[in-house]
Amino acid sequence: MTENAVKKVYRTTPEEVDKVRKWILTEDYKEKNFAREALVVNPAHACQPLGAEMVAHGFKDTLPFVHGSQGCASYFRSTFNRHFREPAPTVADAMTEDGAVFGGQNNLFEGLENAYTLYKPKMMAVFTTCMPEVIGDDLTAFIRNAKSAGHVPEDFPLPYANTPSFNGTHINGYDSMLKSILEYLTEGKKKDGAPKESLNLIPGFDGNTANYREYKRILEAFGIPYTLMADISDSFDSVCDGTYRLYPGGTPLEDAADSINAKATISLQKYSTIQTMRMVKDTFAGSAEVMPMPIGIKNTDAFLMKLSELFGKPIPEELKAERGRAVDAMTDGHQYVHGKKFAVYGDPDYLLGLVSFMLEMGMIPWHVLCSRSNRKFEKEMKALLETSEFGTGCNVWINRDLWHLHSLLATDPVDGIIGDTHGKYLARDHKIPLFRVGFPIIDRINLHRTPLIGYNGAVNLLSMIANKFLDIVDDTSDDQWFEMMR
Amino acid sequence: MSKTIEGITTERSEKLITETLNEMPEKAQKKRRPHVGANEPEAETCAVKSNRKTIPGVMSARGCAYAGAKGVVWGPIRDMVHVSHGPIGCGFYSWGTRRNLVQGVPGVTSFAMDFTSDFQERDIVYGGDKKLEKLIGEADQLFPLNHGISVLSECPVGLIGDDINAVTKKMEQELGKLVVPCNCEGFRGVSQSLGHHISNDSIRDFVIGKREFEEPSSPYDVALIGDYNIGGDVWAAKPILEEMGLNVKATWTGDGAIEEIAATHQVKLNLIHCYRSMNYMCKVMEEKWGIPWVEYNFFGPTKIAESIRKIAALFDESIQEKAEAVIAKYTPGAQAVIDRYRPRLEGKTAMLFVGGLRPRHTVGAYEDLGIQITGTGYEFAHQDDYDRTSAEMAKGTLIYDDVSEFEFERYVEELKPDLVGSGIKEKYVFQKAGIPFRQMHSWDYSGPYHGYTGFEIFARDIDMAINSPTWKLVKSPF
Repeated sequence: MTENAVKKVYRTTPEEVDKVRKWILTEDYKEKNFAREALVVNPAHACQPLGAEMVAHGFKDTLPFVHGSQGCASYFRSTFNRHFREPAPTVADAMTEDGAVFGGQNNLFEGLENAYTLYKPKMMAVFTTCMPEVIGDDLTAFIRNAKSAGHVPEDFPLPYANTPSFNGTHINGYDSMLKSILEYLTEGKKKDGAPKESLNLIPGFDGNTANYREYKRILEAFGIPYTLMADISDSFDSVCDGTYRLYPGGTPLEDAADSINAKATISLQKYSTIQTMRMVKDTFAGSAEVMPMPIGIKNTDAFLMKLSELFGKPIPEELKAERGRAVDAMTDGHQYVHGKKFAVYGDPDYLLGLVSFMLEMGMIPWHVLCSRSNRKFEKEMKALLETSEFGTGCNVWINRDLWHLHSLLATDPVDGIIGDTHGKYLARDHKIPLFRVGFPIIDRINLHRTPLIGYNGAVNLLSMIANKFLDIVDDTSDDQWFEMMR
Repeated sequence: MSKTIEGITTERSEKLITETLNEMPEKAQKKRRPHVGANEPEAETCAVKSNRKTIPGVMSARGCAYAGAKGVVWGPIRDMVHVSHGPIGCGFYSWGTRRNLVQGVPGVTSFAMDFTSDFQERDIVYGGDKKLEKLIGEADQLFPLNHGISVLSECPVGLIGDDINAVTKKMEQELGKLVVPCNCEGFRGVSQSLGHHISNDSIRDFVIGKREFEEPSSPYDVALIGDYNIGGDVWAAKPILEEMGLNVKATWTGDGAIEEIAATHQVKLNLIHCYRSMNYMCKVMEEKWGIPWVEYNFFGPTKIAESIRKIAALFDESIQEKAEAVIAKYTPGAQAVIDRYRPRLEGKTAMLFVGGLRPRHTVGAYEDLGIQITGTGYEFAHQDDYDRTSAEMAKGTLIYDDVSEFEFERYVEELKPDLVGSGIKEKYVFQKAGIPFRQMHSWDYSGPYHGYTGFEIFARDIDMAINSPTWKLVKSPF
């Protein structure tokens, strides 16, 4: 056997660095980058169980339960910990190699029993990682068996969802888990007679706790009784008063159970609640409405008008005044953002809301990118862009990632980027400001405590964007162009 | 004489353990009991058992083999493209979340990014080998200055029976670069630890010995092993070794270069900081190339000076003289740090729960500041780690392995430390309870904590955590 001579340690030369540094900004590179078929680089989406866990945290006294590998649970938890800077109590049944061979039923049994005893939940929401999905664990049978074997009481709520990570994204996991919980809790709870004067509101996958509080404030202003589903506002924005609470918030289980009798259910995120809303439509007493996320004036108007229509209540004066103030802020501030081009990435529903707001402001959503979605979304986004001259020529990129966006920003640049923390390298490479919206935001504090929905949300979005551009003018202008007023 | 801490006794700790575990179901109690104990500093082996399966449903903080491979061993290597092979999540969650800083131009010469094959249902059904082959080609074309590609398997890859090793072998020949398979599926083993081991084995089988240093060797060539450059730790540790007259030829793997790692079999001594994650390769290099290795501890001036002398003793007088000069040069600065902070921290206590090194290695640094450690434990350590821990800890202190959140809360509630040093999953639990906390995996977005420069930052951070006026606001006046 002849052995090749061992190679010497290779060190990249400055010339090579210089060459590639320039090359990655060219049209030629972009072409090669867009020709990728197998490799994904810097995606802007996570996996299904993460969304399922968020839903579970949104119900009172509910412990998220991960059926599968231990490490997955730690990844989901730490992602929430970092974004919200809050605890995210979740258990896993820690399947290992023998689980791969024999299935995870024993892990599930033991896990349920331990978690039930130690953390005293009123419900555990079970969802899966890749491992049991690949080996084909039969969750339906396992859970039935767990109850009949007495690992948890027969009547203990154990809704479960199959959330394989090799299918869809976190928003699909959100959908599956929410559907499962609502289906479970409402079973047999439908009452005869007219539906209850109450609204079920489903915000969808949203890492902004202030948005949830804003929804509640709006409904209270209307005087509409409501159940906010998967309400993470207190779970992930809990008080610090010297006592750690395992379950500090969430939708009360009784309210969720009674939601089947409500007069109407509104989902404010179409793509993250497809299955849930299908189930609501089929089984709930009231009507099922799907609306765009109320980001910006028009979407908020539509939401409020729908509430008014459904419940026969006038739009409260307080909210009318809020609208007026928001529009005042937008007319006052339009000059700082008008005609500026943006790249925006994130989940489909957030994108539709943000783009609607941008078009209202005269901002140009030049690159709209969703790293996993479908033609339906693409079509809907294009239709939205066509409603405004500011959408003319804008590009919709589906199933493209943030490294594709890197090429786009090099060859077809914009003035600002809107998206989660993962875009910060793009911002730095291309010297474009990043406006942090979406999930996760793991490098700034308290952004989830500022609402982006509703009229106040529109003001907040505008302030964040316009003031940053003004900071840039101040930071970069030469002495003779530096001035007191802007 | 072993250390003692006022109020901490074996009896108190045993009672606390028993009372806590009594609340668990019987089977869980039985399983947990061997993993918790009161420290016995004189004992040759620590009685606390470790590296066993995680008990389902107790809320463990552990990660998985993939996390140990991607997050710990491979991720910090700056000049490689690290492919998270499988579904989208694993690569996404481990993207930029460990703070292993690197030099280089992002996307050009360094690749702290998320590369993934984003498995879909069809990949599970038909297998992902063909996709992987194509992916490696695409990665090399788009990131041509990479010096290698690692393929880190996620759970499904092993379950569906893909043969990534055949693909990497083929692509290594095709590209003329190191293309390394790592079968670190998350379901393997019981924690991150097996991921470290599997990664070490991949380095053994596919990396080491494949390169040689261009420049002639010297008797002072060393490698820095098991420092992951969290918050810049390598950059605080390496200069000390260089000032001692040593040539640091490679860093494993913090701010590491795969080409240098591949030539590390040429060094004369391996210096290992994180024993848990890298002892395997030190032993391989010792057996195969006769390279001795020595453990050291660069946390806090006491341990740093001890370590410098321990390392220097393995070299000639010229190194020993320089070592003494280094200690003499930096000790006054370290003393000034102690003089500034110790009066503010003297008599405080802390409890730790970290990964595979810091639960023992940081004890000395806390003690330099006058803080005593009343309890410590590891997420994924083995017996040899616990054996190394006993002597560092005072008699009767709590030792807990893979502690569940349920237990940890109760232990902290009883021992009432002034600080808890643990991870992100624990941080807000304790802060809600009004207990100061520092993340000891990520240095809580601060650092470095290694070396003399790191000690000053460590001292500042611990003081900041314990003495922040914000804690006084926790209890409202009404």
